[in-house]
Amino acid sequence: MINYFLRRLLWLIPVMFTVSLVTFFIMRSAPGSPWDGAAENRRSLDPATQKALEKFYGLDKPVWRQFLAYTFGDFDDDKKFVCGAMCGNLGPSYRQKGLTIQQILFVPFGDNDSFWYSRFGYSLRLGLFALAIAIIIGIPVGMIAALKQNTWVDYLGLFTTTAGVSVPSFVLGLFLIIIFASMLHWINVIPKTWNELKYWILPSIVLGFNTSSFTARLTRAAMLEVMRQDYVRTARAKGLAERVVVVGHMLKNALIPVVTILGPALAGLVTGSFIVETLFSFPGMGRAYIQSIGQRDYSMIMGTTLIYALLVALANVSVDFVYVFIDPRIRLEK
Amino acid sequence: MAAENVAQLGTVEVKRGRSLGAEAWSRLIKNKAAVAGMIVISIFTLISIFAPVFSPHNPLQIFPGKSYLPPPWYESDLKDGDPNFFFGTDSIGRDVLSRLIYGTRVSIVVGLIPTTVILLIGTLIGMVSGYFGGNWDIVLMRITDVIYAFPDLLFFIIVMVALREEPVGQFMNGLFLLFMALAIVNWVGVARLVRGQVLSLKQKEFVEAARCIGVKDSRIMFRHILPNCLGPLTVSAAFTVPGLIISEAILGFLGLGLRPATQLEGNYFITSWGSLLLDGYGAINSQPFILLPPALCIAVIVLSFTFLGDGLRDALDPRMRGVQ
Repeated sequence: MINYFLRRLLWLIPVMFTVSLVTFFIMRSAPGSPWDGAAENRRSLDPATQKALEKFYGLDKPVWRQFLAYTFGDFDDDKKFVCGAMCGNLGPSYRQKGLTIQQILFVPFGDNDSFWYSRFGYSLRLGLFALAIAIIIGIPVGMIAALKQNTWVDYLGLFTTTAGVSVPSFVLGLFLIIIFASMLHWINVIPKTWNELKYWILPSIVLGFNTSSFTARLTRAAMLEVMRQDYVRTARAKGLAERVVVVGHMLKNALIPVVTILGPALAGLVTGSFIVETLFSFPGMGRAYIQSIGQRDYSMIMGTTLIYALLVALANVSVDFVYVFIDPRIRLEK
Repeated sequence: MAAENVAQLGTVEVKRGRSLGAEAWSRLIKNKAAVAGMIVISIFTLISIFAPVFSPHNPLQIFPGKSYLPPPWYESDLKDGDPNFFFGTDSIGRDVLSRLIYGTRVSIVVGLIPTTVILLIGTLIGMVSGYFGGNWDIVLMRITDVIYAFPDLLFFIIVMVALREEPVGQFMNGLFLLFMALAIVNWVGVARLVRGQVLSLKQKEFVEAARCIGVKDSRIMFRHILPNCLGPLTVSAAFTVPGLIISEAILGFLGLGLRPATQLEGNYFITSWGSLLLDGYGAINSQPFILLPPALCIAVIVLSFTFLGDGLRDALDPRMRGVQ
C-alpha cells in the first residue's frame, strides 16, 4: 500500500512538468513582452533598457532554455547553479521590483508578520472559512433531507441544493452585493481593513455556497444508502435509541465519502476563489493572479499556476489516502 | 375454431411494446422540473435566433446624454427612467435590454457547439481506448491525469490572454478560440465515461456473439457498443452545457471573453452576458440594474440545464434516481 501511494506521488512529477510546459509555451506565444505597450497602461521603454531587462530575466536566451531554467534551474554567469521551480524558486516578478514570486505570495504584508497575512494565507483562510460553512450547513441539511425522504422537506432541500450546485458562486455574490451593499447599505463591499471578522462573512458564504450544496447532496445520497443496511436494522432491533442509531450508526458511515472530498474541496476553494476575490477586492492570491495576467507578469502566472496545479493534484491523491485511513473495509490492491 | 382462437390471441397482444426511447421520453415529460427546464431553454433559443426581432433598439447604438438611465419602473432619486429603455441604459447610453437579448446568442452557442465537439472527440477516444486497451489506454489515462491536475479556469484564462490578439483569437470575435479552449479541457471527462462503459459492455454476451459470427471491430463498436453508451452520454452532455456557459460568463466578467463588436452588420455575436456583468460591475452601487438581468439570466439558464440533466438521468436510468 505504501508502494501505491509512492507511485501516486511520483506520478505527480511528470504531471507537474507537463503543466509547466503547457503554461510556459502558451504564455510565451502571447505577443508583446511585459515592458512594451501591449501590457496595460505602459509606455514603451527605450531599446537599451529593454535589452538590459531582458538579459536580467534571461529573455535573451532561446525559449527552450528559458523553460528549462525556470522549471529546473540554470547556470548563471559565474557558473553557479541556480535552482528553478522544482526547488520552490518561482523566479523574480517582472512588475514588482526586487521581489520574487514566492515572496509576493507567501511573505506577509501590511503590519502583520504571521503567515496568515500573506496573500496565500489570506486565500487559505478564506478557503477554510468557506469549507467550515460548507460543513456546518451541508451535513445537517443532507442528513435531515435523507431522514425525511420524499417529504416536502426533502424536496425543498433537493431543489435548493440543485440550485446551489449549479448556480455559479459569482452570480450569487453579485446578488448578495446588490442586496446588502447597493440597496440595504448594511455593509461596505470594499472594506478598508480585512482584520475584522465581519467583512469575511459575505465572501466566505459566497465561496462556500456551491461546496455546501454539494456536501448536502453527497451526505443525503450516502445516508440513503446507509439507512437500508442490515446493521442499521440490527441496531434498531436491539432497541437502541433513535438518536444513537442516527448519529452512531448511520451518520458515522455516511460521512465516509464526505470526509474524503474535504481535501479536493479545500483545494477547489483555494484555487477557485479568484473570481470571488476579484468581486470583493480581497487581498488574496487569486486577485494577485488576475492582476498579473493583465500585466503579463510571466513568472507570476507560471508560479501561481504551478502552485494551484500542485494543490489540486495533491488533493486528488489525498482522497484515496483518507479513504484507506477512515474505512478499514478498503484495502487497495498493489 | 382454432383459427379464431389464434385471431383472438392476436387481438389480445395487439398492444405493442414501446421502445426504450419512448419509455424514457414518457418518464421525462412526467418530471415537472425537467419540462420547465426544456421550456426555458427553448424560449432562450428562440430569443437568440430571433434577437433582431425581439430587441427594441440596436444593441450598439449610443443614445447621447442618456447614460446610466435607471429602468422606468424603478423609483430613483437621481434620474428618471425613460420608458423606451426597459432595463435602463449602460455607461455610454446603450439599451441594456437589447444587449441582454443579443447576449443570449453567445451563451446558447457556447453551450451547444463545444459540447458537440467534446462529445465527438471524447466518444471516439474513449471507445478506442476502452475497446482496444493496451498502450492507447495507458496514453489516454496519463493525458487525463494531466488535464485533471490543470485548474481548468486558469487554463482558459491563460489561453485567452495569450492568443487573443493572434488571428486565431480574432476569428469570430474570439468565440472560436473560446470554443477550442473549452473543448480541449472537457473532452477528457467524456472519454473517461465512455471508456468505463465500453470496458463493461465488451464483456457482455451480445458482443461475444457478434464477434463469434465474425463482425468487424468497427461495426461492433458503432452498432453494438455505442448505442448502449448513448444514455450516459446524453446525461453528461446536459451537465456539460451549464459548465461551459458559466466558464464563458466568468471569462467575460474578467474581460477575456468575446471581443467587443463595433458594428452590427456581419456580426452575429455582439456581446455576452459575461461582458454585461463586467459593464455593470463598474457601476454596482449606483446602477445595480445593469447587473441584475444578466446575472438572473445566467442563473436561470444554468438551472434549466441542470434540471433537464437530472430529468434525463432519472428517465434514462431509473436505478440512478437520487444518486449523485
